[in-house]
Amino acid sequence: MLRLEKRPTPSKFWLYATPPVAVILTMIAGGILFAAMGKNPFEVIRTIFWDPLFGEFAFYLRGQLLVKAGPLILIAIGLALGFRAGIWNIGAEGQYIMGAIVGAGVGLAVFPTESRWIFPVMVIAGAFGGWVWAMIPAILKTRFNTNEILVSLMLVYVAETILAKASTGFLKNPEGMGFPGSRNFSSYPAAQNSFIYEPLGLHWGGVAALVTAVLAYILLTRHQAGFQIRLAGQAPRAARFHGVSPARLVVLCMGISGALAGLAGMFEVTGPAGQISIDFNTGYGFTAIIVAFLGRLNPLGIVLAGFLMALTYVGGEMASTNLGLPDAAIQVFQGMLLFFLLAVDVLTNYRFRLAVGAH
Amino acid sequence: MDFGGINPVILIATLMASAVPILLAALGETVVERAGVLNLGVEGMMVIGALGGFIVAVQTGSPVLGFIGGALAGAVLSLIFAALTQVFLANQVATGLALTLFGLGVSSLGGQGYNGIKPPPTEQLLPDALADLPVVGPIFFGHDWVVYFSIAMTAVLWWVLKATRVGLIIRAVGESHEAAHALGYKVNRIRLMCIAFGGAMAGMGGAYVSLARVPQWVDGITAGAGWIALAIVVFASWRPWRVLIGAYLFGGITVLQLNLQVAGSVIPVEYLSMAPYLITILVLVIMSAGRKANGAPAALGQNFHASR
Repeated sequence: MLRLEKRPTPSKFWLYATPPVAVILTMIAGGILFAAMGKNPFEVIRTIFWDPLFGEFAFYLRGQLLVKAGPLILIAIGLALGFRAGIWNIGAEGQYIMGAIVGAGVGLAVFPTESRWIFPVMVIAGAFGGWVWAMIPAILKTRFNTNEILVSLMLVYVAETILAKASTGFLKNPEGMGFPGSRNFSSYPAAQNSFIYEPLGLHWGGVAALVTAVLAYILLTRHQAGFQIRLAGQAPRAARFHGVSPARLVVLCMGISGALAGLAGMFEVTGPAGQISIDFNTGYGFTAIIVAFLGRLNPLGIVLAGFLMALTYVGGEMASTNLGLPDAAIQVFQGMLLFFLLAVDVLTNYRFRLAVGAH
Repeated sequence: MDFGGINPVILIATLMASAVPILLAALGETVVERAGVLNLGVEGMMVIGALGGFIVAVQTGSPVLGFIGGALAGAVLSLIFAALTQVFLANQVATGLALTLFGLGVSSLGGQGYNGIKPPPTEQLLPDALADLPVVGPIFFGHDWVVYFSIAMTAVLWWVLKATRVGLIIRAVGESHEAAHALGYKVNRIRLMCIAFGGAMAGMGGAYVSLARVPQWVDGITAGAGWIALAIVVFASWRPWRVLIGAYLFGGITVLQLNLQVAGSVIPVEYLSMAPYLITILVLVIMSAGRKANGAPAALGQNFHASR
């Protein structure tokens, strides 16, 4: 009979080995799923993981990788800070939507003024929108001890109704002949998040994601606040004796993650999405939770995880057009990845022992 | 007896039916959380139950079998959560979220080809003679069997948790797993059974959405009901009768805002449809304000590993 035994210290090897192992296990389980759906599993796996990087259309698809990875990385880094401290902001999708609405709203309010200050102001407005939306659960948590998981999640549904109102009402394109959706930012250069280097898919959101990853890494490893975040997560009692204020930590972590999610939404809506529409949001706020865990809640790991998850999106779209694989299959695939990661993770803190004799 | 186009008797009768999905799911989650496990995958289990129940009901033509199928589907999905958290000792919050994401994906994958089909109807249980009585008829006698089942389950769970040995063991495991282990109870096995029960209840609640409330299959049909069920458990301070009150309050708000939309209220539709979520937040604030522990099971969310 196998028995679990707690390791005296977490295994360094398994800490880094679990993500690759989980990816391989997901490929096997996903292959079985695809085979059960009557597809050739090897072909599907190759289309998802190989073709976007080295296939026939890789020159275009490689650029798409950063476009998809950017918002995922940006959101996931913010979430990871909170998750490390035991603060569960899972309403990033709502903060992402609100950042997009506020950021785009500022730009649309001054249409058609041309000034190079418009876009920077929109960036700040986007971050502010997400920050405000995250402050609601943060302040309710610190003032009334309300569960931040449930409140931040309820606010996603509220944000979605506001988005519906925005695209059919207060941000609707007045020249749109009655169709829902705002003006398209591609026809408003001063407010557009255009590509800096198109072959790589690099726009300002991608730049922000990579810079944020480096800053977050420095914050966590070199700064007092980062130390407090890690301490609060690993040893809450010790953190309190050390003088860490739980309330300030909640406001800090929720604020950062909200602002980053808002930024991601703003960059997305003014760039790849192009306009505020009822369904411009594609669930990045939820997928970012997987990215945060896959990246071991470590900013640099999250960058890698973001690209891997972007690969499943880009490759999944390929598999859907070329092989007729339903989009939902990719969602299942991503869910499985998180399951396997969580399961394999047991090896970091425990080891399996053959139990001999009576126990 | 109408107030602004809204008949209070019909309002009460509809809110009882509309509360059934969240009531069943929240009752299941109450047992799970009383055993010290926080399963955030309620939404995923509900949506899988909605699909499973729908498929079984359409294939067999029997809504009763559909509800059983929904319960089974929810329980099977919850076993993934149970395996991860009880055997592999994974973080419960993360695993619960994964369960919701996975459940939504699987249901939209498995539901292809079931759009636009009507399921066999779930009929009113009691004869028309009773249901047609003025006022009391629609409220007490005009429902299908699941409504009565959900109320009966509230009573049964209240009794089991309060007055039986099984309830005592569940509460012991949830309050202090070390002590329960020392007494010889298999903590993780008891929790596993509670999780499966919670999954079955959530699945059945989901089946009620796709078989009786909507009734058809669309992607993401549960639309956040699972999260509201989680909020209601907190609102109810983990007590079955208060879960019933919470679910009926919430059902009432949902029905009222729908009625106001139909009656052409001055408040725009968008703001009415966000009302249930805002009111849930408000209720959570009122329930949690000023109390440190608010009656949560002491070992809620903590995994147990028997080192000895």
